[in-house]
Amino acid sequence: MWEYTDKVKEHFLHPKNIGEIENPDAVGEVGSIVCGDALKLYLKVDEKSGKITDAKFQTFGCASAIASSSALTELVKGKTLDEALKVTNQEIAEFLGGLPKEKMHCSVMGREALEAAIANYRGQPPEVKEEGRLICKCFDVTEEKIRKVAIENHLTTVDEITDYTKAGGGCGECKAEIEAILRDIWALKKPERPVVSKKLTNLQKIALMQEIIETEIRPGLQADGGDIELIDIDGNRVIVALRGMCSGCLMADVTIKGIQDKLREMAGEEITVEAQ
Amino acid sequence: MKTIYFDNNATTNIAPEVIDEMLPYLRELYGNPSSMHTFGGQLHRKIEEARSRVAGLLGAGPEEIIFTSCGTESDNTALMSAVESVPHKKHIITSRVEHPAVLNFCKYLARKGYRATYLPVSKQGQLNVDELVKALDEDTAVVSLMYANNESGVIFPVAELGEMLKERGILFHTDAVQAVGKIPIDLKKLPVDMLSLSGHKLHAPKGVGALYVRKGARFHPYIIGGHQEHGRRAGTENVASVIALGKACELAGDNLSQEVIYLKGLRDKLENALLKSCPDARINGDVNSRLPNTTNISFEYVEGEAILLRLNEFGICASSGSACTSGSLEPSHVLRAMGVPATLIHGSIRFSLSRYNTEAEVDKVIEIMPPVIKELRQLSPFGRERIKK
Repeated sequence: MWEYTDKVKEHFLHPKNIGEIENPDAVGEVGSIVCGDALKLYLKVDEKSGKITDAKFQTFGCASAIASSSALTELVKGKTLDEALKVTNQEIAEFLGGLPKEKMHCSVMGREALEAAIANYRGQPPEVKEEGRLICKCFDVTEEKIRKVAIENHLTTVDEITDYTKAGGGCGECKAEIEAILRDIWALKKPERPVVSKKLTNLQKIALMQEIIETEIRPGLQADGGDIELIDIDGNRVIVALRGMCSGCLMADVTIKGIQDKLREMAGEEITVEAQ
Repeated sequence: MKTIYFDNNATTNIAPEVIDEMLPYLRELYGNPSSMHTFGGQLHRKIEEARSRVAGLLGAGPEEIIFTSCGTESDNTALMSAVESVPHKKHIITSRVEHPAVLNFCKYLARKGYRATYLPVSKQGQLNVDELVKALDEDTAVVSLMYANNESGVIFPVAELGEMLKERGILFHTDAVQAVGKIPIDLKKLPVDMLSLSGHKLHAPKGVGALYVRKGARFHPYIIGGHQEHGRRAGTENVASVIALGKACELAGDNLSQEVIYLKGLRDKLENALLKSCPDARINGDVNSRLPNTTNISFEYVEGEAILLRLNEFGICASSGSACTSGSLEPSHVLRAMGVPATLIHGSIRFSLSRYNTEAEVDKVIEIMPPVIKELRQLSPFGRERIKK
């Protein structure tokens, strides 16, 4: 049983703005009956002011899908198209006093229908599926959508992506790919450590390298029965020794290269790594 | 608001007679049946009485009944015992529509190196005996097929399947959690080696079940410890619940043939009325071989969770196979295995009745359901042309 807020129940049992608009100025259609939820949004737009004078919807889906659609129409009425485009899925959820996290995809569907309707009004072609690489085949979710929703909602885990987009919620085969996309997004977006400034003393530099090796590199090597030790730092030259299974491993060069990439990413491009 | 409970395949109320029977063993008579003193030791006799009552409902011998903690434990025990009894055989057969207690245990065994075959079912959810014959080989350790399906109510031809497996000397387990207490079962005639049942599906409390193991069949315990249940299931007996299960089985047996007729009457009335009053609705399941208390109906163009929550406003309890109600994003594996199109699975509703339901309740649901479906269809972007007609 889902814990729905009273606001969700109210908008589910007595939804606002249901039905079609005759001769609408814009229509946005998202989802499909196969996937379990679908939303068709109709807008009436005043040409002069660019304001949305009326909004109606038809929704196939669960209680939170219907409530999100109802909330969406209430939120966008009276707004200009540009203002409406700023309505996020979070705002839809907040309007309803929050949604269970597993149901956040309902608010995302609302936001998507709005984008589709406005694109339709502005004469932009409907989003073509091929634009993004298809990641989740069960629910038809592209890499582009995953990236967009992840960034807009600050999502960092695969489970969160499933809650917000359904991707990964079917057969689960795409979970590794979603994980990779998330790593890619947040490695680029979140500089977790300060980039080495030229002014670092040698001691500071050693401490930083030591920390990166401890937290980012060693666990991976140890998982494979290997290990690493920081031997010395000479300017931007980092000298390490591979231990355990890594020492004498045929892949040692590749490992060193991997360590160098990691250190460069986290501490500056000029770093080179050498094995002792 | 009065609750109309039409979700008896999920769980049932505890029969008042059952509560009366078990209460003294929760209050005053809290002893341990293994004790030497009379206070505890006398309970042993009550446990054996319960065992006879369970056996009586099934046409089994008391020594063939092992008490467990639930249907899932019975299923897991049966499968584990089977594969341990024939360690050289590494193939198990089940169906695609089993309860997770069997299905996920087979998947677990598959990860441990067993080969698992999941038999398909027809569009009506029925199992084809020929498919089973084709799947058998000399490596097959056990076949586990349910007696009746919890979602569709479809009854498998267990007698026929059992005969065929008996001839070939292959262990046969049936998960009869949904069947026991709902339809007559006579293990004197039915060739199965193991059968699982669960208390709370037949008006006993949750937390108690039983496993029937045919006399002479090889058995390996799953829960290891003390000598209880003749060393076949360790752990101090859940005395009050075991006694309750015995009473519930006795009650079920006393009224079974009348109940089948009563429930079938109510179910058919409900089903026929809804199919008549709601266009674009259809039955999921094999109407020729189905539990008398169960109906599974798909309503096109609307989604199950929405239907359930609208019904909830009227105190009506039912279930759905839709994705939104499954706890995952995937709709019912049973209806998918039956080849029901996704559009119809999302709008599927299961009503399951019990002897405590009344005709007045059925009439109430017949009255409330059509407007609920109609209103939700008016919200839906699908089936517009059909609805306008």
